Amino acid sequence: MTFKEALQNEDFVITCEVAPPKGVDMDHVLEEAELLRGRVAGINVTDLQAAAMRVSSLATCSMLKQKGLEPILQMVCRDRNRLALQSELLSAYTLGVRNVLCLTGDHVVLGDHPEAKPVFDLDSVSLLQAAQGLIDGHDLAGNELESTPDDLFLGAIVTPGADPVEPQIYKLHNKVRAGAKFIQTQAVYDVPTFEKFMEKVSDIDVPILAGIVLLKSAGMARYMNANVAGVFVPDDLIKEMSDAGKKDKEAKERGEKADHKVKTSIEIAARLIRGLRPLCAGVHLMPLGWGHHVPAVLESAGI
Amino acid sequence: MIASERKPLEEILGYLDGENKVFVVACDGCSAGCGVSDQEHTAEMVKELEDSGKSVTGVARVEMTCNSGLCALMLDQHLAQVNEADSLLVLACGAGIQAVAGAIQKPVHPGTNSVYSGGFQGLWRSEPRCAECGNCMLDYTGGICPYTACSKSLLYGSCGGPMDGKCEVDQSVECGWMRIYERLESLGKADRLKDMPPLRNFKQMLPVGEQRRSSLWALELMDAEPEAQESDD
Repeated sequence: MTFKEALQNEDFVITCEVAPPKGVDMDHVLEEAELLRGRVAGINVTDLQAAAMRVSSLATCSMLKQKGLEPILQMVCRDRNRLALQSELLSAYTLGVRNVLCLTGDHVVLGDHPEAKPVFDLDSVSLLQAAQGLIDGHDLAGNELESTPDDLFLGAIVTPGADPVEPQIYKLHNKVRAGAKFIQTQAVYDVPTFEKFMEKVSDIDVPILAGIVLLKSAGMARYMNANVAGVFVPDDLIKEMSDAGKKDKEAKERGEKADHKVKTSIEIAARLIRGLRPLCAGVHLMPLGWGHHVPAVLESAGI
Repeated sequence: MIASERKPLEEILGYLDGENKVFVVACDGCSAGCGVSDQEHTAEMVKELEDSGKSVTGVARVEMTCNSGLCALMLDQHLAQVNEADSLLVLACGAGIQAVAGAIQKPVHPGTNSVYSGGFQGLWRSEPRCAECGNCMLDYTGGICPYTACSKSLLYGSCGGPMDGKCEVDQSVECGWMRIYERLESLGKADRLKDMPPLRNFKQMLPVGEQRRSSLWALELMDAEPEAQESDD
């Protein structure tokens, strides 16, 4: 079943992201993707995540496609101008990739090549317009295509915890008008905040998948609260992780297995999934290196 | 207004390697205002050169070095000193340095770096900046330019990066799109953000022939024309 069909037919859809390597050994990313087979409706492949140079999303998506998995190509506007972006959309299609998540992208100064030239010729909205144009048979300059990528399935993101959230909502409407057919969100840790957001966008009629980033430690939670825009980890979750960390330390001192943090992280993610389930069309998991724990998260959430 | 800062002495001495005599051109325009080529800092530069064993054959102060006609005229008055020098060191913006190079058939070294100020700021330096994009969007964005106020020059709203209203690139800089949103909101015009203006056309920023013939270019052409007429006669 394609990702698009899953969104049409299933009550609650799961997607999960994998990250290509900084190097040429694809074994690890392919193993992580293999763990997701049969468990998720689509596998997002990040595009030079956090502005760090690595293997492309397209190459990885193509490999997943060859293995019969359902990739979701993430495309950011930081590194390519409108010619290259449109070309990559066509190229992805010829390689069998159908799902594309359109993002603006982090600025280069946040990544590992801060001296690079940032492009941003297009942004998330105009990339969606460009992709929709290709589906409709023409490029951004109005030139007709010889054949068209009819089944491209376009998506976009939103940050439900942004403060203020209104500019995000204006832009979300423009993304949907520009051609987005599914939405995946920035990490959500606070169900009430997300519920309020969903009320504000009740007139958006495309499926929204709530983002879940696995908490690895209390320190990571505090870091995200201080440094990641629109992400808010409530104090009680930080305390849960902090307590688990202490138990791990004690266990290590006793020479026992220290798996409290992992178990707590899985339990928190599963609890969030159960809490979000009545509110939206599904969840999008971002394990950030903890891909091997995703099956346990889904089992624990009863999926 | 083009902002500039002085290059470090080591870098300048590197340019002057193998040359002993240097003529200094100091602009009395923007770079003087930036404290790079004013009387005091020019004298400092000359002293540093001399302390480093270089011989300064003379100094010319040029009102607006970027005005290539005026620049050539001023340098003409120092021709003997210029000819005596192996090269020229110019304390001016990039435009001024290029004007000197266009006027004098000798090596010309930059003594400054022109600092990108995120767009043209008008003749009276102030916050609002213009990218000279050729298709003004200020109506759509409540009078704040998205190209110069946003680090990514985004046209269709904020990215996901701003925290507490600050830009993801630099926490000391306000997010341009938050400013635009707040401004439109205060005017009761936040609904303008539902508009999707046409995509930016970078072709409008190419300095094509027609545009080059405007203003100062026109004056330069007028200067050139009498000679042509004379020869016609």
